[in-house]
Parts: sequence; structure tokens; C-alpha cells
Amino acid sequence: MSKTDLLSVIPIFILTSAAILILFSIAVKRNHKVIYLITTVSLAADFIYIALFSAKTKWIIEPLFIIDGFGTFNTGLILLSALAVSMISYAYFEQREERKEEYYILLILATLGAVVLVISKHFISLFLGLEILSVSLYAMITYLRKRERSDEAGIKYLILAAFSSAFLLFGMALVYASAGSMEFSGIAKHLASSSSMSPVVFAGLGLMTVGIGFKLGVVPFHMWTADVYEGAPAPVTAYIATVSKGGMMALLVRFFVVIDGYRYTALMMAFAVIAIASMFIGNFLALRQNNVKRILAYSSISHVGYILVAFLAGGTLGVQAVTFYLVAYFITTIGAFGILATLSDRDRDAEMREDYKGLFWARPWTAAIFTAMLLSLAGIPLTAGFIGKFYIVAAGVGNGQWLLVLMLAVNSAIGLYYYIKIIATMFEPYEKERPSDQLYPSIYIVSGVTMAVLTLLLVWIGTNPSGIMDLIQAFVRLN
Amino acid sequence: MILLWFIIILFVGGILAWIAEYWNASISRWISMLALIINFCLASYLLAAQNEIAILSESSWLLYYRIPWIPSFGISFYLALDGLSLVMLILTFFLGILAVLTSWKELQYKIGFFHFNLLWVLAGITGVFLTMDLFLFYFFWEVMLIPMYLLIGIWGHENRRYAAFKFFIFTQASGLLMFVAILGLYFVHGNLTGEYTFDYFKLLGTTFSPEVGRWLMLGFLAAFIVKLPVVPFHSWLPDAHAEAPTAGSVILAGLLLKTGAYGLLRFVVPLFPDAAHEIAPWAMLLGVIGILYGALLAFSQTDLKRLVAYTSVSHMGFVMLGVFAFNELAVQGVVMQMITHGISTGALFIIAGFIYERIHTRDIDQMGGFWKQMPFMGTIALIFAMASLGLPGLGNFVAEFLTLVGAWKASHTLTIFATLGLVAATVYSLRFLQSVFNGAEMTHVTLPDLSLREKLMVVPMVIFIVWLGLFPQPVLNTVKRSVERVISAQTKVDDIREDLRPGIAQKGGEDE
Repeated sequence: MSKTDLLSVIPIFILTSAAILILFSIAVKRNHKVIYLITTVSLAADFIYIALFSAKTKWIIEPLFIIDGFGTFNTGLILLSALAVSMISYAYFEQREERKEEYYILLILATLGAVVLVISKHFISLFLGLEILSVSLYAMITYLRKRERSDEAGIKYLILAAFSSAFLLFGMALVYASAGSMEFSGIAKHLASSSSMSPVVFAGLGLMTVGIGFKLGVVPFHMWTADVYEGAPAPVTAYIATVSKGGMMALLVRFFVVIDGYRYTALMMAFAVIAIASMFIGNFLALRQNNVKRILAYSSISHVGYILVAFLAGGTLGVQAVTFYLVAYFITTIGAFGILATLSDRDRDAEMREDYKGLFWARPWTAAIFTAMLLSLAGIPLTAGFIGKFYIVAAGVGNGQWLLVLMLAVNSAIGLYYYIKIIATMFEPYEKERPSDQLYPSIYIVSGVTMAVLTLLLVWIGTNPSGIMDLIQAFVRLN
Repeated sequence: MILLWFIIILFVGGILAWIAEYWNASISRWISMLALIINFCLASYLLAAQNEIAILSESSWLLYYRIPWIPSFGISFYLALDGLSLVMLILTFFLGILAVLTSWKELQYKIGFFHFNLLWVLAGITGVFLTMDLFLFYFFWEVMLIPMYLLIGIWGHENRRYAAFKFFIFTQASGLLMFVAILGLYFVHGNLTGEYTFDYFKLLGTTFSPEVGRWLMLGFLAAFIVKLPVVPFHSWLPDAHAEAPTAGSVILAGLLLKTGAYGLLRFVVPLFPDAAHEIAPWAMLLGVIGILYGALLAFSQTDLKRLVAYTSVSHMGFVMLGVFAFNELAVQGVVMQMITHGISTGALFIIAGFIYERIHTRDIDQMGGFWKQMPFMGTIALIFAMASLGLPGLGNFVAEFLTLVGAWKASHTLTIFATLGLVAATVYSLRFLQSVFNGAEMTHVTLPDLSLREKLMVVPMVIFIVWLGLFPQPVLNTVKRSVERVISAQTKVDDIREDLRPGIAQKGGEDE
């Protein structure tokens, strides 16, 4: 291992050592504050390391990893998201009886998995990363064991994720059997050598799509999303919605660009169908929901559908659009679930729409932030979501994907309905006498600051996106 | 720079008005009043000095303001002002002041936040009238929706939530189609010239294959005819207008509908002259259907605000008719219609608001004989009902007359039917007057006549509408260059297609 090899995997080392450090620290004394500090400091340090020292040039560690601009950017994004999630976790878990400290180990390990995922160039590293991520998530989802729905969510996720991993593995095996290589570039070479795809490889890629589709939560592999989102603690839901899905999306983009999957119309068609189905079914299922977490779950299905539009458009613009949308979506989703978490008290999460009734008059700042987040999800100007949608539509139109773009426009209009419904609830007149089941959350400064920062970012990117666009254009260069 | 100030004053004023509520709610009112008065004065100054500025700028565009915004996509913060924008700005700020005045007593709930929304809607509208960058245009187009939604949804009448939803989803969905079309235009232009830009002036000369042009134009058209609204897409309007608070109705009818008309004049016709020409007969037909259908429905309403709302549908039919008649007279008529309708319908909504404040109902059946107790309000209502039916001497007559004369050149049959709309307008306007101010007297209520504040609102409107009816020429002069630009976009095509001599623009397309 050369010195540069070592330097370029330092982000991974920081994460692993942080996990071990927390283990030891718990062994000495359980202290939520200390553990929390270790987590945030190591995540922040890791990000700072990446921001300062990562080379923009490509560095390959044979045969597993490739550290290039795309990988680095996504690593940074994942680290920041994990940091934001840990910020909102503190207040959330502080109010709860359970032992809170192990949660942070899981959080860091899951982040490690996601980071490995986005810099992998080999089936083995892909699978390792994916499993580290998934196994940590099983435990994170059921972390609040005494909750009514957390077991259901955990078991559901466990079984389905194991199932989809099996599909993914089998798909990889088939591809390997035909291509004789597990490296992305090796597979690409094999595929390039023949004009048409052999049935074995085709079946392999198809099975892999099932596995990846499950992780992304796209139709028809979306069954788990609503239940898991609902059953998991709010910060964990935020984590699943962002880091887990985003990491997988980044991997999908990399894999497809390397093997040049855009040549195969059948594959593209399959993804187009998945994209359209996800947009429609996600939005329609969200329309009738009254549970905010479930609404956000279904909306996340449709949002992955939107991202797939840019993904299908391909090209530099498409990849940039995917990345930009991920940035906007991460900020928005963590913000929305962050509000959910700050409003939750020790008994249950603030997940019913009634919990938000009159919020705007009772707690104007919280409600204003939540409104901003929802408007960003709906893609209304002044928010990052709008620029993200613009980027995606631009990529789609630039590539002539008219059908997909029109579907996106139609779905944005459908989606408005349920976002606006939540906003309307917040603006309803405030009832003075509080019902007995009203939530009594405590307020923490950490959460408040995090939410303020996320909101500022949201509006900043929404009104002045050139900076982040330039950053993406500088970093995101595949090939 | 002054163009930027128009928008900044409104945005900042809105935020200040919201914050001021924490100390004293009435400060909010004064802040928004002040912001609008400053803007109104600035715009009036520009109007007064337009000739001097025009000489300085050496083009038909009086002022420019441009800074790059997202350079990698060719997006800039580009504002420009010509006669048409200037006239629309004056209208915007004038009606804005009235909206603040009309809610002075009517609104007692969350006053600061109300004024925040009010000013932000106006800021969005101002932006729409000024921007010359298509991305920015869409940006402002959307910015005005959320505050408008909240205005209806929070301060509206009983059925406000339904109305607000409907308004929002209709306009947003159609706006998204325009957004896709804007991007389509962007890429068509970029592929053709290698320069990817949202700059209106650079996009103006883009040529398309007929099919592409048709689809892109339909995208733009979708947004504008929903906003205008044209008949099959009008169903959001009566709900939104009727349920909104008075200030909201004034802004909806007076300004939001005008953004649709403005879009047709500024974007649809100049950008897609070919496709617009193709669709013109159908568009005019829709306009005429709107005139007659709106009038018919207006006649059969029992809700005072819905009645006025349907008259808007009817009057906006004239806009559609005039824009697609493609000649100078008709387009001048459209511009006049935009202004006079804004004032006259705004006034009618304000009167409906006065009545609602006094008797707390909008049901016409429960009204009658108000003239005896409120002669002043009756007189004002009479003037604006007459304006609405197109009585000569008032602004609306000029507008509708010009439109019809222009449309006559384009299509005789349609113009005859459109003229029938004037008859229908007489019927519904008189019914309004008869059943509210005349007829059986409602004796069980005592109705105070207009207060000083209320008189202060309606009297300037009367002056305006009479002035526009008697001396429309200053307005027509101001917008002359803008109108010519709309027409010349069309005649350029005619030159190519029919190989006519240049200079057809002066003759106003009589050959049609």
C-alpha cells in the first residue's frame, strides 16, 4: 500500500476509529454528551479532511476503490448528512429512556458503509459497503424497541433487505459468470466486446436492478418504505431517506456510466417504466395519507422517480443534475424530518397531521422552516428543490426525454396537493385549549441551530445556486 | 437600478410589516402603505419622464438592469422596462394601495402576516411585468402563487381552503407546462446557435420547425390561458375570487389575470409568431365563447362576488380576441382592457367588500334598496356597473371598442358574436344594480354610507376610469412602441410567407 493509497482512504479510517473509540468510551462510562461529541467531531473532522486534502485527480486503489471527484463529492455529502442527522438525533434521543449511546456507533458504521459504496469500483466492495450499511440500519430502525411499530418496521426491512441482497448477489454471480470479472471496468470491457448483450448478463443485470431498486425504494420494490419510515425513529428515517438512498443512487450512476448501460434500450426502457411508475404511484399513495411520515415516505418514492429522469437523460448534465438534486433533497429531507424530530416528545413522534394544526401561530419559526422544506419538496422557487427540479427538467429536455419530463411536470402538480395540505394544516386557527394527547417536546439548541443552518442553505441554494453548481461541475466528472 | 428597487422595496417591506406586528399591528399597515406609495411615486416619476428617458436610452426600452445570476446556464437577473411594463406597474401599485386600504378595517386577524403576503404577491407580479429573462420570469410567476394561496386560504370566506387549493393547483400545473416549454425553447435556441441563454431578446429570433414551435407555444399558452382565464380552464376563478378577502379579490382580478394577458402579448406572440398565427382562429373562438359564457353565468349568479368574478371571465375573453386578431387597434384595445378592467372590476370587488362589511353576506337575494341609505355608494356602483357594460365616456368602452374594431378585420363572424357580449354585459350589470341598490328595501338594517377612508379609495378610481374614457391617448402613446413590437413580430412572418412589401406594420395588417 503506497502512501497515497493510505492518504486517500483516511476518511474511512476516521470513521472506523470513531466507531471503536465510541465502543471503548461506552465501556468506561455511558455518557450521551461525550459520545455525541465524539460522533460529531469525527464526522466533522472527516469532512474537513476531505474538503482540504482530497485531490481532485482520480486515484485508484486496485482492485476495490476509486477515489475520484464524483466519489469524493458524494462522500462529503454523505458525511455532512450524517453529521446533520446526528445533530438532530441528540435532542431526540435525549428525551428517551432507552440506552442511547450505541445508536451513534450504528450511525457511524452505516455512514462507513455508504462511503464505501460510493467509492467502490468492484462488486466485492459494493456488496461489503451495502451490507455494512444495511446491517446497521436493521438495528437503527428498531432502536426504540418499546415502540409499537418499530419491530414491524425492523423485521420488514430485515427480511426484504436480505431478500434483495440475495437478488443482488445472484445477479452479480451471473454477470461474473459471463464477464469473468467483478470489476466495473472489466465488465465494461466484456460488454463492449460484443454488440448485443448475452442473456446471462442481461438476467444478471436485471436481478441486480431488483436489488438496487429495493434500496432506492422505487416501484415495484417500494412496499417497505411507508412502514419503515413510520416505524423508525424520525432521525433514522431521515438517514434512510438520504444517505442510504443517495449512496445507492450514486453507485447506480457510476456503475451505469462505466459499463455504458445507456446503449441497451431494453434496460433503459425498464428504468423509464420504473421511473414513471414510481412518480405516479408514490404521489397517488401520498394523496390519501394523514400520517406525515407516510406522506414523506411516499413522496420519497416519487422523488427517486424524478431523480431517475435525470439519470436516464445521462450525459454530463444528467449526472450533474442527479448530484445537484441529491444535495437539494438531502437538505430538504433532513430538514423536514428534523422538524418532525424536534416536535416529537417522549411518547411518540409528531407524525399525525393533527399534530401540526395551528403550528404556525403557536411556533412560527418551526412552522416556517417546515413550510420551507415542504415547498422545496414541491419545487417552489426560492428553495433548493426548485433549482433541483429545474436541473432535472433541463437534463431531460436537453436529452429529448419529453415523455419523462411531461410525466415529471404532471406529477409535480399532483404532489403539490399533499404538501400544500400539510402547510394548510399549519395555518389553521390555533386552538387555545390543548387536547390531552398534545405533544410536549423539549427544545434543544443543537436542533434549533441545525434547522436554522439547513434552512439558510435551502434558501441560499434556491436563490444563489451558482456556487454549488460550479462545485458540482468541478467535481462530478465520470470517465 | 430603479427597477431593482421596485422589487426590493416590496420584498423588504413585506418582511418589515411582518416583524412590526410584534410591536403594533397598525404599524404593519403603515409600512406596506408606505412601500406601495414609494413605488407608486417612483413609477409615476418614470411615466412623467418617459420621453426624456426614451431619448437617452435610444430604444423603445426605457430602462435596463442586468446582473448575471446563474452564468453556467445563461441565466441572468435581467429587468427591463418599456411602455407596457410601465403602465402595468402603475396599475399594480395603484391597486396595491387600494388593497391595503380596503383591508384597513376588514382584517383584524394576523395583520402583519397578511401584509407580508400582500406585498410578496405584488413583488412577484412586479417581477413578472419587468423581467426579460425567461427563467427569472418563471421564478416570479411562481413566487406570487404561495402568498396568494395563503391570502385566500387564511383570510378568505367559508369555503376558502377548497378555493385556495383549486387556485394553486390549476395555476401551478399550467405553470409547469410553461416551464417545460421554456426549457425546450432554451435548448432549441442553444442547439441552433450554440449560445445557451434564457435572455428574452436573444431568444426572440429563434426559428423552429412548425411542429416544435407549435408544442412550445402550447406550453406557454397553457400557463397564460389558465391565468387569464379562457373558458374551459376558468373554473378556479369564481371560487378563488369569491372566497378571497376583498384585497385578495382586487389583486386577483386586477393584476393576476393581467399577468396572463401580459404573457400573451410579451411572450406567446413575439416568440412564436408562426404558431400563434396558426392557432389564432381557435384562440379567438375561445375568446368569444368566454365572453358569452362568462356573461351568461354572471347573469345567473346569486353570490355578489361570484357575479363580479364571472364578469371577469367575460371581459378577459376580449383580451383573447384582441391579442389573436393581430393588428394594432386590437392590441391597443387589449392593453386598455387590461388597465380599465383592473380598475373597474377592482372597484366592484371593493364595493362588494363594503357591502359584506355592513351586512355580512354576499347573497344578492338578501340585498335590495340600498340606494336610499347609501346614495354615495350607489352612485359609485352605478359608475362602475356602467363602466363594466361599456358605456361611452368610461375607460372600458375605449378598450372594448378598439378590440372589436381590430377584431373585425380578422373575423367578421366572431366579432359580431363578441359584440353580443356587450349586450349581455348590459343585462348582468343592470341586474346587479337593480337587485342590490334598487328594488324592495331591506328595512331591518341600518347601513352607514361610505366613510372618509372608503371615499378616498373609490373616488380616485372613478377619476381614473373617467379619465381613461375621455383621454385614452396618453396611455396609448406610452404603450405604442410595445404594441408595435407585438405586431411586427407577426408581420415579419407575413412578409416571408406572403412576400408582401415591407412597411405593412404601419397599415396595421389590414390585409387580413
